[in-house]
Amino acid sequence: MIEMNIGYRLKSVLTVTVLAGLLSGCASSGNQKDPIEGFNRAIFSFNEGVDTVLIKPVAQGYDAVLPTPVRTGVTNFFGNIADFFIGVNNLLQGKPGQAASDLGRVLVNSTIGVLGVIDWASDMGMEKHDEDFGQTFGRWGMGDGAYVVVPIFGPRTVRDTAGLVLDVAADPVGHVDHVPTRNTLLALRIVDTRADLLPADKVIEEAALDKYSYVRDGYLQSRKNLIYDGNAPREKLD
Amino acid sequence: MKRFLGFLAALLFATSATSADLAPDVLVKNVTNEVLEIVRTDKDIKSGNTKKALELVEAKVLPHFNFQRMTLLALGRDARQASPEQLKLIVQEFHSLLVRTYSKALTEYRDQEISFKPFKMTDADTEVKVRSEIRQSGGKSIPLDYYLEKTPVGWKVYDMEVAGVSLVTNYRSSFAQQIQAGGIDGLIRSLQAKNKSAADPAKAK
Repeated sequence: MIEMNIGYRLKSVLTVTVLAGLLSGCASSGNQKDPIEGFNRAIFSFNEGVDTVLIKPVAQGYDAVLPTPVRTGVTNFFGNIADFFIGVNNLLQGKPGQAASDLGRVLVNSTIGVLGVIDWASDMGMEKHDEDFGQTFGRWGMGDGAYVVVPIFGPRTVRDTAGLVLDVAADPVGHVDHVPTRNTLLALRIVDTRADLLPADKVIEEAALDKYSYVRDGYLQSRKNLIYDGNAPREKLD
Repeated sequence: MKRFLGFLAALLFATSATSADLAPDVLVKNVTNEVLEIVRTDKDIKSGNTKKALELVEAKVLPHFNFQRMTLLALGRDARQASPEQLKLIVQEFHSLLVRTYSKALTEYRDQEISFKPFKMTDADTEVKVRSEIRQSGGKSIPLDYYLEKTPVGWKVYDMEVAGVSLVTNYRSSFAQQIQAGGIDGLIRSLQAKNKSAADPAKAK
């Protein structure tokens, strides 16, 4: 897998970065959710480095070269593959109605949507959902645990890291037998996902006093919201 | 992660002049439509002219925000440590930061459609939530919710949530972190430094 290849190549860099992070000790600002902040910050800057020299420039080129309809088609194609497992997760979370709708999306988009490139299902009122194994564990009552920045994959919690392992194991793209095809698809998906995030990137740079904690807090809020399917109880602010 | 695209639309909140007696949902709708209409037709903003977007936000959006309350919410308990002068400075700097973020997001807007969800309130309500969502091709729609409070001069926004991520809450721990390291003055200095570096085109990206 591409992620792994990058991981191997940069393993030594990573080791050094992690050691530096550990040696600098816990630069913890006392955030309860983030007990290993020193370590996390080291991985975060490693990830930022990989992004800056490798992933972001490629995504920018991709964004500049491809016309929007083609980009949307690529996003839809991978979205269609994801919909199947979103359906499985909805089923595991005891939401058969949503699961049926997700599988309906796959049926519609894989056929008249030409292998998922056109998202007819959304136009037909079958809403796209966002589920993964981390959210399923959350629904089952597993606490989220500490915040962890995973190399290459980025922000997670302990629970979501466990979910990520299953997400990756279940990922159909990772099981394509023809290796060059598989690597091409994996790389394309990474670049396409990253390109979709380019606009948000600029806004975060503009907004954040400290990018690390801005991303962390945004991630934790957003995950909580997803587990409640958009109806998370609002934190008392006053 | 596409949900972060919502930041683009987050700025779409704008305003109209005689808004003091408008219902909160009507207010949000009017401002959104007015600002989007301008952004859609303005080539300068679309091509990334941040200055022009900034003027648009100042004129149309700002009058409908309560920055004092937003600042107090972001400070949380630490607000008690701040003198009135310090508080005034923080409000001022936080204001510039949020305005710039909004303007940036406007320049990234790419014709996504915004739709509003059904809204209910009673006459007695003084705080309400107006819900909308950003529809985008190839992804899940992004919820965009506005929290408003009733004031003598009309309804004012005091927080926004993009896909459940609150604008105000997201600054809480950064603020606390700065205050822990350098006190209230430390926070003011870091806000000033951030605003200064972002305003300097040589340093800004």
